[in-house]
Amino acid sequence: MALLSVQNLRAYYRTEVYGISRTVRAVDGVSFELRPNEVYGVAGESSCGKTTLIKVISGTIKAPLKVEEGRVAYQFGLLEVDMLRINQDELRRDVRWKQISYVMQGSMSVLNPVRRVITTFEDIVDTHQGITDHRAFLNQIREHVNKLGLPPEVLNLYPHQLSGGMRQRVAIALATVFHPSLIIADEPTTALDVVVQRGVLQMLKGIQAESGNTVLLVTHDLAVHANVADRVAIMYAGRIVEEAPTQVIFNAPRHPYTQHLIRSLPVIGDKSSKASLSGSPPNLANPPDGCRFHPRCPYAMDVCRTVVPEISPLGNGHRAACHLIQEAAR
Amino acid sequence: MSTDGKLLDVQHVTASFHIGGLLAGTRLVAVNDMSFSLENARPEIYTLAGESGSGKTTLARLLLHDLDPTQGKVIFEGRDLATICRRGDVMDFMKKVQPVFQNPFETFNPLRRVDAYLYDTALNFGMAANRKAATPIVDGALRQVGLSLEEVNERYPHELSGGQIQRVSVARALIPQPRLILADEPVSMVDASLRMEIVNVFRKLRDEQGVSVLYITHDLATAYYISDHIAIMLRGFIVEAGTVEAVLDHPLHPYTQLLKESVPRPAPKTREIWAKPIELGSTEAKEYARIGCRFAGRCPHVMDVCRRSDPPDVEVEGRTVKCYLY
Repeated sequence: MALLSVQNLRAYYRTEVYGISRTVRAVDGVSFELRPNEVYGVAGESSCGKTTLIKVISGTIKAPLKVEEGRVAYQFGLLEVDMLRINQDELRRDVRWKQISYVMQGSMSVLNPVRRVITTFEDIVDTHQGITDHRAFLNQIREHVNKLGLPPEVLNLYPHQLSGGMRQRVAIALATVFHPSLIIADEPTTALDVVVQRGVLQMLKGIQAESGNTVLLVTHDLAVHANVADRVAIMYAGRIVEEAPTQVIFNAPRHPYTQHLIRSLPVIGDKSSKASLSGSPPNLANPPDGCRFHPRCPYAMDVCRTVVPEISPLGNGHRAACHLIQEAAR
Repeated sequence: MSTDGKLLDVQHVTASFHIGGLLAGTRLVAVNDMSFSLENARPEIYTLAGESGSGKTTLARLLLHDLDPTQGKVIFEGRDLATICRRGDVMDFMKKVQPVFQNPFETFNPLRRVDAYLYDTALNFGMAANRKAATPIVDGALRQVGLSLEEVNERYPHELSGGQIQRVSVARALIPQPRLILADEPVSMVDASLRMEIVNVFRKLRDEQGVSVLYITHDLATAYYISDHIAIMLRGFIVEAGTVEAVLDHPLHPYTQLLKESVPRPAPKTREIWAKPIELGSTEAKEYARIGCRFAGRCPHVMDVCRRSDPPDVEVEGRTVKCYLY
């Protein structure tokens, strides 16, 4: 049973300035499922639609972002939620933070700089659950923070007194107060040093393993996915081009884009020359016809320039969207 | 100490800052008795690697003659930077040592076309008398980084990808024909997939143009890929330095070992090593103020002597290690 099922989702930014309308097709035909108790990694370059995808599945759809078509359906135990139809009050009361929480990239902007960390906890608990007994609340938070291995002093400090890694771990503690079914982590460690990154991700993975919830981990760093994710999806220009269990995607990538990404990663102990891909990712306001990767693809064929390749199963949970693979299978 | 045959020679440099109030303040030693050098005869890529708060940026400022050291000397082409103060000398130094900064989207004014910076550099350093004469110089610099003037002419920063714009800033640094490029975290703000595009440029500059590069980074994987020598920094000290193969293939200092192990490898089969639980250090200020080895609080091999005094530099297996273990 899937926790989240996304089907053929298209979400565009439509703007109109001085009569000139512009459509940015940030998410264009994405389908995937999240299962309970897994870490699902989403990788892709900047402006490939990762953040827009998160906005839609977390229900923060504001103009100019508009969902054109598709379905985003959650199954939280007995509670079924259709994210595109739910009203805002219900969303706030039953779903946000209790079922879906969010860890952002810049944890400095999650925490109010002029208030102590504990008051941010207070805000969140008060909004989503209500605080009747203040002492019980304090005990609950202390216990929660302690369980995650953070020193209890952090609660009485201001955000600027914490190091970057500590702030990010506080952000994770905030996101897990109600033990949500899904934690969305958007580039949680991008600005951190490797040692701190390792500590923060270990903590996130530890929480996931213990409480059996699902983590949607979005980062452009494939090496992080290799160490944390159970399954990985590669996005390119608003679409998922390949999805597979982590072992499979690293050992036998099938899409030319994925192959390039994995082959170009630098590794300690390897000095051989690694080529970078020529060209740049397409402008999503005016994407190329057919396969969006074809202008940069070394194997582009005629069909790639006109027909959009559908993502199709290759067995063992491996899916890819490429004419080359479909041709070979035929 | 002789400085013959050295392009850049950093001799026992210390830089300290006063933080806090007039009476209650403390001294923070950001760079502590650091020494290293780059050869003159053979161009090389020298990496200074360390986490945030290890003193990398302070060191970059010292080398760019933007900050004077509290103690010690920085010698470039046989001349102490402290003696460079006349305008002509400063210009001459700036021509030979050029910086590339971390975030290309902050380096360039978003309202100004990027080619304007290239022309400015060419004209300010007297590489060309007028704009027309500067055009081939600008184009030539762009071609060295795999771009061309047609591609960037009349373009604003937001119209280029992160990798392209960072290569434009390398091209800008190349215009005065420098001996040394000082690149401070040049790849940390761009996507992992575009990093190779930038570091490949540095490799090409060393091999084909004879430009030395001082590569400041926390990314050990790209450091291994491009550099000849590496120095690992921790809280203002160089804890291990040597050829990149010696230091990163077989790290000896416990901190280097931790750092290497923490770099996530793009191979799922080694994830057990990475998943071994680690303890994060105490806050930055505490480690700076520590007496003795700065890593003692996190080191698995810590001994009593480590907490008492600074460890000496020891020569072991072709590298220098600052550790009592050796």
